[in-house]
Amino acid sequence: MSTIKTHYNRRSFLKISAASGGGMLLGFSFLAGCKADVVAEQIKTKALPKNWFDMNAFLKIGENGLVTILSPNPEIGQNVKTSMPMLIAEELDVNWEDVVVEQAGFDKNKYERQVAGGSQSIRHGWTSLRTAGATARRMLLEAAAQKLEVPVDELRTENGIISHKNSDKTISYGEVASVASQIEIPEEVQLKDPKDFKIIGQGIKNVDGQKIVTGQPLFGLDYKRDGMLIAMIEHPPAFGMKLKSVDDSKAKTMSGIKGVYTIDTSSLSEQRPTIFAFSEVVAVVGNSTWEVLQAKKALNIEWEKANTLEDSATHSQEMDKFLANKNIEAKRKDGNPSKAFKDASKIIERVYTAPFLAHNTLEPMNFFADVSSEKADLVGPIQTPQWASGMVADALGMDVENVSIDMTRQGGGFGRRLYGHFVVEAALISKAAQSPIKLIYTREDDMSYGVYRPAYKVKYRAAINDKNEMTAFHVSGVGAHGGPVWENRFPAGAVEHYLAEDQSIETVVSTGAWRAPKSNFIAGAEQAFLDEVAEAIGKDPIDFRLELFEKAKANPVGEENDYDAERYAGVLKMVREKSGWDNQKSGVHRGVAAYYCHNSYVAQVVDIIEKNGKPAIQKVWSAVDCGIVVNPEGAKNQIEGGLIDGIGHAMYSAMSFKDGVPQQKNFNTYNLIRHMDAPMEIETHFVDNGIDPTGLGEPGLPPVMGALANALYKATGKRFYDQPFAQNKELLG
Amino acid sequence: MAEFTINLNGKSTKVDVAPNTPLLWVLRDHLDLVGTKYGCGIAQCGACTVHIDDIAMRACTLPISQISEQKITTIEGLSENGTHPVQKAWLEHDVAQCGYCQTGQIMTAAAFLKDNANPSDDEIARAMNGNICRCGTYTRIKAAVKTAAKNQ
Ligand code: FES
Ligand code: FES
Repeated sequence: MSTIKTHYNRRSFLKISAASGGGMLLGFSFLAGCKADVVAEQIKTKALPKNWFDMNAFLKIGENGLVTILSPNPEIGQNVKTSMPMLIAEELDVNWEDVVVEQAGFDKNKYERQVAGGSQSIRHGWTSLRTAGATARRMLLEAAAQKLEVPVDELRTENGIISHKNSDKTISYGEVASVASQIEIPEEVQLKDPKDFKIIGQGIKNVDGQKIVTGQPLFGLDYKRDGMLIAMIEHPPAFGMKLKSVDDSKAKTMSGIKGVYTIDTSSLSEQRPTIFAFSEVVAVVGNSTWEVLQAKKALNIEWEKANTLEDSATHSQEMDKFLANKNIEAKRKDGNPSKAFKDASKIIERVYTAPFLAHNTLEPMNFFADVSSEKADLVGPIQTPQWASGMVADALGMDVENVSIDMTRQGGGFGRRLYGHFVVEAALISKAAQSPIKLIYTREDDMSYGVYRPAYKVKYRAAINDKNEMTAFHVSGVGAHGGPVWENRFPAGAVEHYLAEDQSIETVVSTGAWRAPKSNFIAGAEQAFLDEVAEAIGKDPIDFRLELFEKAKANPVGEENDYDAERYAGVLKMVREKSGWDNQKSGVHRGVAAYYCHNSYVAQVVDIIEKNGKPAIQKVWSAVDCGIVVNPEGAKNQIEGGLIDGIGHAMYSAMSFKDGVPQQKNFNTYNLIRHMDAPMEIETHFVDNGIDPTGLGEPGLPPVMGALANALYKATGKRFYDQPFAQNKELLG
Repeated sequence: MAEFTINLNGKSTKVDVAPNTPLLWVLRDHLDLVGTKYGCGIAQCGACTVHIDDIAMRACTLPISQISEQKITTIEGLSENGTHPVQKAWLEHDVAQCGYCQTGQIMTAAAFLKDNANPSDDEIARAMNGNICRCGTYTRIKAAVKTAAKNQ
């Protein structure tokens, strides 16, 4: 058991009595409107209560013991809407069957870090959410002590029932909820010992599962409000172009069209030009999606050149030039790499490349906005509601207190919905049209107005001495825009002479975070390179890495190494054992890789067989160390999705530009992995070490790119350096 | 604008829309049936899959004027309260991540299993290949289709 200071500010525990609690009743907006159904659908054990008593910002309890937990963070498919409430319910000590989960709106006074990004929700919520549950439990206990007239220390809880040790007196949470909600917030609470967990560690099913499989309204695109119109935009067709003139004479008169508006988003592009590319877009507003789509096509817009119109070929040449530069400033240097390379008996040098990538969330960008002169009311899918509300306030010249954001379930994020320019556009369109609107991007708009994963190149060099040891390691990366190198990650710390460099070329193409930023490229490159080094010195690739980790553990080079060599080696050992690495099977070509990012460690083995004359992925094995696994089923799903995402993008996907124009605009030209290309089987194992939990949304993706490249080499005899690998003909059927 | 009467989820339903309006937008904008999703609009992703006379079709490229007497089934009409064996299998395997593609996946799987009650892994992959899951739930979908085949 650990004692935790609650540290809550009063506002986060605003108490609303049942009498004054109109706000507690369900049904005041679309989101809440569907909540009544959610509640009805989710409840298996109890009827809907008459009153809800707010215990704190995260939970309310009905007089019949039903509990509503508000899940604070955006749900983009990483399953936090299930796993975060599990943390609260655990410490509250209730039956999960008595819990109903709702998405909380954005409220910076009540919640911390309402962000979906960096795989940090569970890591950050681990203590605070359990504390919220434990605090409410303590208040319920105190209320029960008053009612039962016994000392609070003699009371215990189990599954929502409070019982007295020395008598047969019991009372339920529901019966004391009203009194408990009036009790002073305790300054300290006790958290459970992990061995007493009853909900954490259980495979709890997705709380929205029923709604998802029955097609109920859940997503931003499903949102509707009375009087709402549909809006769509036209943006410049090329990066480096801007609006010159609009002829909307035809579009305006078309059936169902309310108006055409030029929307000035320069407040964004001026502040963050590498992320927000366009300073003006043209919006069409009308009654229905199809009518607006027709009018959008009927617009006659002239665009003009505002900047360089870039080509992917030029990006590539430019990056080559940067890599060839002899005087790059070191990000990290240990020992004397140049001497070690001079003294080497063998040097291996390889260059790896990857293209820009679009996020392609299956639900395209969209947002609802209802803006008046006093307030802006926004609803939709966004990973960063706080940032978005600030940007909206700026763009409207409105106090941020008057901007409200509610979050829907989100049809994928992958980093794309960190960048809420579409929220600002929706607000400005609503203001211009003087109507509530829902802005919808077509797939083409979404793909060609991206905040792309940068294109990357990296050059690796390894020096091998006459004793067949790797004596020096040199990594030099470049990206458009932003380089891919993490200078303090493995094998930094394990090699005597080490040099890391990182550069960025400028581009007018907007770029940003994409699931596991930088790692989504560098992990695969690094792990493929280490495979070649291991081969060159005649070692098993797992043994080779384990020896490096031994060195990093016993005698680390430098002080900034950002990984724990023991845990890193641990996942490699686990994947070796679980996959039966040491008993190689004929006809199965295997590759291995391990990577650390977002505070979690993942090792993977990819097995490739030949099927219909081409390599096919038979199985992927993962060993994962993310500390305590909150929800094993959800955790497995994240690892499976992450590795399929990694394989898919390494094999098939690319975004390219010609004269600034995105060359892929829909799924007929932008390839995503499909059923037939997916691994036939996946097996995932977790290290059980009782360490506080860390992220899972991203770490499953990066290493598999390396394991895949290494397995493909075994299967084809050829090393693959340039993503997407399937551009090589022998990999396609 | 023109008036159309369609046979939707077992009910005769009237809508007044332009004849070239795809069924997808008729369902979503005019009938408030939003379980049929928009993902690409060009018959590439399968998010908009519905059944037309029990055959899986892409609602995004199917103009309302081309449907006459045929029976249209959307996810909302697949079963009462999600009790179709495919929906139940989806819940059992906790397939969804973001969940956005899953109604389309379910509709494709349900039509496929009507034709092939006992499919092999390869047949499942081929039948489902037109449905993209950006979150990568493919192995769970395969397992769920097998469970549904067993239970139907
Ligand atoms: S929306 Fe119809 S197939 Fe993609
Ligand atoms: S679950 Fe997200 S697209 Fe399939």
